[in-house]
Amino acid sequence: MTAPETIAERMAKDVIEQPVRHEVTRDLWTDDFNVNIGPQHPSTHGVLRLVVTLDGEVVKKVQPYCGYLHRSIEKISENRTLLQLVCFSDRVDYVAAMNANLAVCLAGEKIAGIEVPERGQYIRVIMAELNRIASHLLWFGDFGLNLGAGTPFFYAFREREQVINLFEEVCGNRLTYNYIRPGGVAFDLPEKWVERCQSFLDYFLTKLPEYHRLVTNNPIFQVRTRGIGVVTREEALNWGLSGPSLRGSGVDFDVRRDDPYEVYANLKFRVPLGTRGDTFERYLCRMMEMESSVDIIRQCLEKLPGAQGGHAKKVSMLARIPANREVLVRTEAPRGEMSVYMCSGTGGPKPWRVKYRTASFANLAALDQLSRGYKIADLMAIFGSLDVVIPEIDR
Amino acid sequence: MDIAALLASEWAQLALYAVAGFVLLNVMLGIVTFLVLMERKVSGWMQVRLGPMEIGPWGILVTVADAIKLMTKQDVVPRHVDRFVFRLAPALIALPPLIAVSLVPFGKNLIFADTSVALLLVLALTSLTSMAILMAGWGSNNKYSLLGGVRSAAQDLSYEVALIFAALGPVMLAGSLSLQDIVKAQGGVWFVFLQPLGFILFLIAGIAELNRTPFDIPEAESEIVAGYHTEYSGMRFALFFMAEYANMFLVSCIVATLFLGGWQGPVLPGVLWFVLKVFAVIFVIMWVRWTFPRFRVDQLMTFGWKVLVPLGLLNILLTGGVMLLV
Repeated sequence: MTAPETIAERMAKDVIEQPVRHEVTRDLWTDDFNVNIGPQHPSTHGVLRLVVTLDGEVVKKVQPYCGYLHRSIEKISENRTLLQLVCFSDRVDYVAAMNANLAVCLAGEKIAGIEVPERGQYIRVIMAELNRIASHLLWFGDFGLNLGAGTPFFYAFREREQVINLFEEVCGNRLTYNYIRPGGVAFDLPEKWVERCQSFLDYFLTKLPEYHRLVTNNPIFQVRTRGIGVVTREEALNWGLSGPSLRGSGVDFDVRRDDPYEVYANLKFRVPLGTRGDTFERYLCRMMEMESSVDIIRQCLEKLPGAQGGHAKKVSMLARIPANREVLVRTEAPRGEMSVYMCSGTGGPKPWRVKYRTASFANLAALDQLSRGYKIADLMAIFGSLDVVIPEIDR
Repeated sequence: MDIAALLASEWAQLALYAVAGFVLLNVMLGIVTFLVLMERKVSGWMQVRLGPMEIGPWGILVTVADAIKLMTKQDVVPRHVDRFVFRLAPALIALPPLIAVSLVPFGKNLIFADTSVALLLVLALTSLTSMAILMAGWGSNNKYSLLGGVRSAAQDLSYEVALIFAALGPVMLAGSLSLQDIVKAQGGVWFVFLQPLGFILFLIAGIAELNRTPFDIPEAESEIVAGYHTEYSGMRFALFFMAEYANMFLVSCIVATLFLGGWQGPVLPGVLWFVLKVFAVIFVIMWVRWTFPRFRVDQLMTFGWKVLVPLGLLNILLTGGVMLLV
């Protein structure tokens, strides 16, 4: 990595430079046995079932079973108008509902040819990045829990709470926002919200070093994550990993920068990269992403154009979708690439087909390959480092 | 038969022991109850929250409420378990710390049983805990429990040796295995200043012996749910829980006795000094728990055999060498 620019890099500098030592020794063999981890288990973050084949403590095979949280969101969306189907996207990824809102709205706008005022676009980016911070904070806490550290969770939630409060001020909701709508956003920013957001960002940057002191620089955390679950560049590409899990392996790709949507093209931000692709680098990538999100939000707050009330273009409840069109939009959600495919069929107010491509599904698929030969404890660390959100897998 | 003769008789001695044992048992239960509350409060403060606040003033009655809840719960014995072992394990696990605490010198004259091999007996009793854990893990007939039980056995093998090596330093300095003699030998300087390495080794190995974070591998929640006590609920679970805190108190007592001068100290009465030291050690153990992530099973064994045991041997060598020279 280049000269330290971010808090994460500065705090973790020594760690990055240390050589990695990891050896898996297997001199003894015992009979294999299967363990069902989940659907109810403390570290499966919801209802995921992993059937793990173990040789003593060593993982020989991991078979994820999904479908416990399938709610037919894609099918339901076929019977809803463009405005109605947005609220279902909240439930696709409830940890980063704004990002899911944004993805489905972009698809709807593209297929129906709806323009969004610039102010609306900036507000959308602010919300998406704030939600990325909130999502990464939740992941940070959960990752700590997976490694047996309970305290980071509470620290992360202290800050996440403030992001949620900002969202609540804007749209009244704390988890599923339904805020970003076709044509813009549901409501304009309330009075003094920009100042409050700015003071949160300043506060947040003072709290980040605390996380690194507590977790990143902890020697036990380092031996538990460094050199564990290594994904090479080629493997990451072949398995279709995306987001920080891809960039941790050194693949320099971020949809926000390389295929920009909304106003990302006007913004300057850093895309953090790893080199080795181990659990620690994926962790560090996410920690650095929070800082680049802060950068993005600051720029957006500065540039925020237009007057109060110019946040959206009115879109009719029954906005028609022209016939025989299909679109695919890609967005960078906190977990990786979230694309929405929409097909209009014969036209009318409802789309004929809506399909979400979510990052968690592809990232989870790599879990088996990633964790073979490691211990059960490593399996949990690797699983945590992929940042899988179960409803996003099942939809 | 006159009263003096009656008091001096063996029966009177036995009755005295029974009363003392009863008192000690109740004191231990009180301490365990308090430690659970303390753990919750300490973890709360470390995690920017208040901890329990609802039951009783400042939440101090929360463990009482917990105890009532656990005692009134249905006693569930799953159908597929090895019934005898399953039922025996919780009873066995609570015993060793309760026996061992009677060997701890709380004050100059406040000791329930002082033998010349007290330290050896205490260390032997604490290692019985892992036997009960293995029984619980095996008897539960559950894969998580079995993994937890086997992990505990492996862990105890790795750390028992280091624990004993670290305890040998003060024994060599005091020239006795009696805990009371070891305390008396620290009238001038506490052994923590003469044995800093031994103190740290003993504390680390002690935490590992207690199965607490960063060594809580036998009950690693995020990996094997609750490890060896996955299948236990109600009062049987409460016994495991109590044993953990009773063991924590015991290990802290041993640390205070071997290294921190036990009841020795100026001005304040000896018992108070002892309690202060014990709770300081307990606080450190809790502090570590809420700060550190968990080791992996093989890393823990590597740490035990390749770091703690050689350092323990080195400590003995240094102590012996210095004692020869001085």
